[in-house]
Amino acid sequence: MGEHIDKTVKALVERFDASIEEFRGEVSVFLQPDQIVAACTLLRDEFDFEMLEDETAVDYWPEETPRFHVIYHLYSYKHNERIRLRVPLNGNNPSLPTIEGVYPNANWYEREVYDMFGINYEGHSDLRRILMPHDWEGHPLRKDYPLGHEEIMFTFNFDEINARKRYAKE
Amino acid sequence: MPEINTHIDESMLDGITRLVTEDAIEGKTMLLNMGPQHPSTHGVLRLLLELDGEFVVNVIPDIGFLHTGVEKHMEYKTFEKAVVMTDRLDYLNNIGNNLVYCLAVEKLVDLDVPPRAQAIRVILTELQRISSHLVWLGTHALDLAAMSVFLYCFREREMILDIMEMCSGQRMMTSYFRPGGLWRDVPIEFEDAVRQFLRIFPARIDEYEALLTKNPLFLERTQHVGVLKAEDAIRWGVTGPSLRASGVAHDLRKVRPYSGYEQYDFDIPTHTDGDTYARYLVRMEEMRQSLRIVQQALDKLPYGPTRSNNRKFVPPPRSELGHSMEAVIHHFKLFTEGFPAPKGAVYVAVESPRGELGVYLEGDGGPKPYRIHWRTPSFANLQVLKLLAKGHLVADLVALIGTIDIVLGDIDR
Repeated sequence: MGEHIDKTVKALVERFDASIEEFRGEVSVFLQPDQIVAACTLLRDEFDFEMLEDETAVDYWPEETPRFHVIYHLYSYKHNERIRLRVPLNGNNPSLPTIEGVYPNANWYEREVYDMFGINYEGHSDLRRILMPHDWEGHPLRKDYPLGHEEIMFTFNFDEINARKRYAKE
Repeated sequence: MPEINTHIDESMLDGITRLVTEDAIEGKTMLLNMGPQHPSTHGVLRLLLELDGEFVVNVIPDIGFLHTGVEKHMEYKTFEKAVVMTDRLDYLNNIGNNLVYCLAVEKLVDLDVPPRAQAIRVILTELQRISSHLVWLGTHALDLAAMSVFLYCFREREMILDIMEMCSGQRMMTSYFRPGGLWRDVPIEFEDAVRQFLRIFPARIDEYEALLTKNPLFLERTQHVGVLKAEDAIRWGVTGPSLRASGVAHDLRKVRPYSGYEQYDFDIPTHTDGDTYARYLVRMEEMRQSLRIVQQALDKLPYGPTRSNNRKFVPPPRSELGHSMEAVIHHFKLFTEGFPAPKGAVYVAVESPRGELGVYLEGDGGPKPYRIHWRTPSFANLQVLKLLAKGHLVADLVALIGTIDIVLGDIDR
């Protein structure tokens, strides 16, 4: 860990009572959902983390508390440092505040997380599906969502499978 | 008479009135659909344009037509088998995708890569960067009605694809890099083929530049079109040549070197104008710098193994299987259940031809990625199109889609 990142992590721990974890030289800071906007603002304004590199989520189903982690990667051009924030969320329909006001490019990342995991962002300007079709049911990257497959059709079961396949028929 | 369904679904793009201005609802501005089947959208990108006459007021991109669920699929494959999925993301930069994935796995399981494998990785990644820039240049010029550049670019790209085929057996879907090294060593003809390319290509770049750089029609279409300021680029997470053309000298190969990039001497081309022409100049210079890197890496290409010797992660060579029981066991274990990764998460990013290509990889102690997320440069860069296009003509929008160099496989994953 670099000097700047040490200082940043220390400030986050002090101000937000955050816990940290280190793995392979990368540091993760654990925050509560209601702290994320304040933390991002602090990091952007005082610690020069100018860019939101990435925002994604992980599903720990069947665990419920927490079921999801939302993960932010912030990057500082000035210090060439990267920091990871993790926000644990409980329950099956979690929500947390959007950070669109701090980093405008969070817009699409949050739409993707909503689309893939069903995590709601409070105050998001345009929260709708981004990659899946607008009428899709379920959230594909959840661990309780099956991978799915195409059934192989043979002569003897062609009609049976064709009847239950979902596509536009005459 | 059949009943006509006039119901507009609020969740559909066309039903969302809040995304357009009041003028569009009153009918003062026009809504125009562009794509997904449109030659200048470089794939299946759909744009909903709000136009005032021929000027763009707002652009609403609609993506996801090429979504194949790569991230979900990779969760169901072992680390070694998931390499083939990576080729299918950014199909103009397959080698770069292989590289970032392998780097992430290597970091997660703490695996070393021999120097020869690293040097070959650098050579192929840089060749792939040139080939990707050639496709960009060809299609970008084609969008601006310069047909011949396209043909020249694809002629040279063919030479690179031949080198890829020579190494991996595939022109595009290479899957050549594996966690711990390479699939196998490069063939004996490799060095000659790359040297041949290095001899020919510098003159060919001059040829493209002769066609475009001072061409008044090209200048007219690109200068002062789509100006991106440095602070906007950083705020919107734009990376790669688009960021460097706005004056920020940031290249992950320099600031956070990987695969031994620190050994090579190269410059980061930048420009301060931030317009379409600046992005063109930056990419052209990047091709020259890539040639420099390839030249240096080839000149001091070390001898030695191309795969890690750690048998817990990398299969043993074929020759050992005949006489070593241990090798057979390792081979069997690796190809049936794969190798386990510790519980933990890593994020690795490399400089792809389009910008920062990152992988967030999480292991849970098992042989499959628990979660893998691709931070793709096209996805991040496309968001800024709205900003670039405002106030320009529809014809310029075509140039702007070309200049941010998107690959739809990279956006939709």
